[in-house]
Amino acid sequence: MKLVEHFAEKFFWFAAVLSLAVTILIFGFMVILGLPLFKGGQFFDLLSKPWLPDHDTLGIYPMIVGTLSISLLGLGFAFPLSLGCSAFISVLGPKGLSKILKKTVQLMTGIPTVIYGFVGIFLLVPIIREVFERGSGMCILSASFLLCILVCPTMILFFTDSFDQVPKSFLDAVDALGGNKAQKILYVILPYSWRGILTGLILALGRAMGDTMIALMVAGNAVALPDSVLDSARTLTAHIALVIAADFESLEFKTLFACGIILYLFTTVIALSVRSIESKPWRKK
Amino acid sequence: MTKTYIRVLFICCAVCFFVSPCFSSTLDTFEGQSGTIKISGGTAHIPVMKEAAKRIITFNSDIQISIAGGGSGVGIKQVGEGLVDIGNSGRAPTDEEINKYQLKMFKWAIDGVGVVVNPKNNVKSLIKTQLVDIFSGKITNWKDLGGLDKTINVYTRDKASGTRAVFWKKALDKGEITDKANFVVSNGAMKSAISNDPYGIGYVSVGHIDESVAPVALDGVVPTLENVKQGKYKIARGLYSNTKGEPSGLTKKFIEYLFSNEGQQIAADKGFIPVK
Repeated sequence: MKLVEHFAEKFFWFAAVLSLAVTILIFGFMVILGLPLFKGGQFFDLLSKPWLPDHDTLGIYPMIVGTLSISLLGLGFAFPLSLGCSAFISVLGPKGLSKILKKTVQLMTGIPTVIYGFVGIFLLVPIIREVFERGSGMCILSASFLLCILVCPTMILFFTDSFDQVPKSFLDAVDALGGNKAQKILYVILPYSWRGILTGLILALGRAMGDTMIALMVAGNAVALPDSVLDSARTLTAHIALVIAADFESLEFKTLFACGIILYLFTTVIALSVRSIESKPWRKK
Repeated sequence: MTKTYIRVLFICCAVCFFVSPCFSSTLDTFEGQSGTIKISGGTAHIPVMKEAAKRIITFNSDIQISIAGGGSGVGIKQVGEGLVDIGNSGRAPTDEEINKYQLKMFKWAIDGVGVVVNPKNNVKSLIKTQLVDIFSGKITNWKDLGGLDKTINVYTRDKASGTRAVFWKKALDKGEITDKANFVVSNGAMKSAISNDPYGIGYVSVGHIDESVAPVALDGVVPTLENVKQGKYKIARGLYSNTKGEPSGLTKKFIEYLFSNEGQQIAADKGFIPVK
């Protein structure tokens, strides 16, 4: 083997082992530091209780609800939008326009979330406040709108990629049968690329759950359990960001490890489900 | 990053700079110095820190000064852990914190904490019990206070905030703050939240009150610089800069500068009450 190849192989090994080790170490770190919570049996208590530091109740249930409602709602808005956009880019739109649209979407993936948050505070929040006439406009709905914009590019790019993998002979067959474009999408492309759609959806969910800045800036961060989408809510990520600033030693700080573990488990489950989809053989029809 | 970092990094400001003759003696101590000063913590302090940093760096571009926010708790912790040279706090560090980190504190100005609403709000005066009830969530509509029939949106700060600590102790008498309150992370963020929300109520450092938000008189006393100075407005606190042990080198010079006539003038210009 040539020297260069030898080094390249070693380097790739090193990179792979390092990234694996870091992932495992981070989880280990959180579990070890969160150990006092497990030992005291408080861990499961935390998951079901409200956050009232003045009354020594340090539950993170409202934040779990906040995270899930904001990210799922955001995904709910983003999914149909992305599906339509991808169909337009891949099939429906004229070539030139589709190309411009795709480039724009690619550009959007690079926009930092703090920019969305910033724009959201000054444009979206006042609109939501005036339209619904309830609360401050800093609420689950505003945050999920912004998250929708955030995750759309991820989904659109995934969807178009999987749409483009549909064999040309299939599409030609539709044309030969006299099928129109809508039929092509509904009966050939969507059934063929469901796997890619699911993968994109799950990755987008991971991205939506992990985002901190949008929720921190726009969702309002109230610790009460939200009972409508117009209520202010706090996500797990924003909660970590807010509490970590205050203290390194109190019990409040220790509960952050519970937040970390929960978030970690959420994303692990998401990653595993992506894997299990990918590893199954292609569905034959 | 998750926090609002306000980072000032003025590099190489001026090819030709102008230093007013009457000030030159104060800034002279920075002559020939070089290095960096890292500052973090209290967000009320930031306008003064920025102005002082600007003047020092304009005078001597070999000095770099970085200024971050985070809140008083963060300032005390970071200076104690040696992450920054100066940790600002809008409350006196507790005895525990002083002992643990061997903090040396320098109180260079006095500041009030005022209740603010949106300028469009016609409720401009409250009595203390009303304020306590608003923040505890007992009064939830502006019409109960003579305003519009709109829900009150309460804004508060996170636990790291010295402004919150002082407000909670002196204005709310350590009363409860409703769990429906929105959280913001700095005095600046509070100001922009209130100036954007016609039905919001919050509290900021008196030095930060400007035309974008309207101060609310508490028991008939408007939170102004003058009223804080005369002792009429009671919700006041010192602004502290803390160092770990005795300050030395550039850090020492920076703190001396804050106590110089020029430094105290900056504090006064930014809406605080100088201690000298």
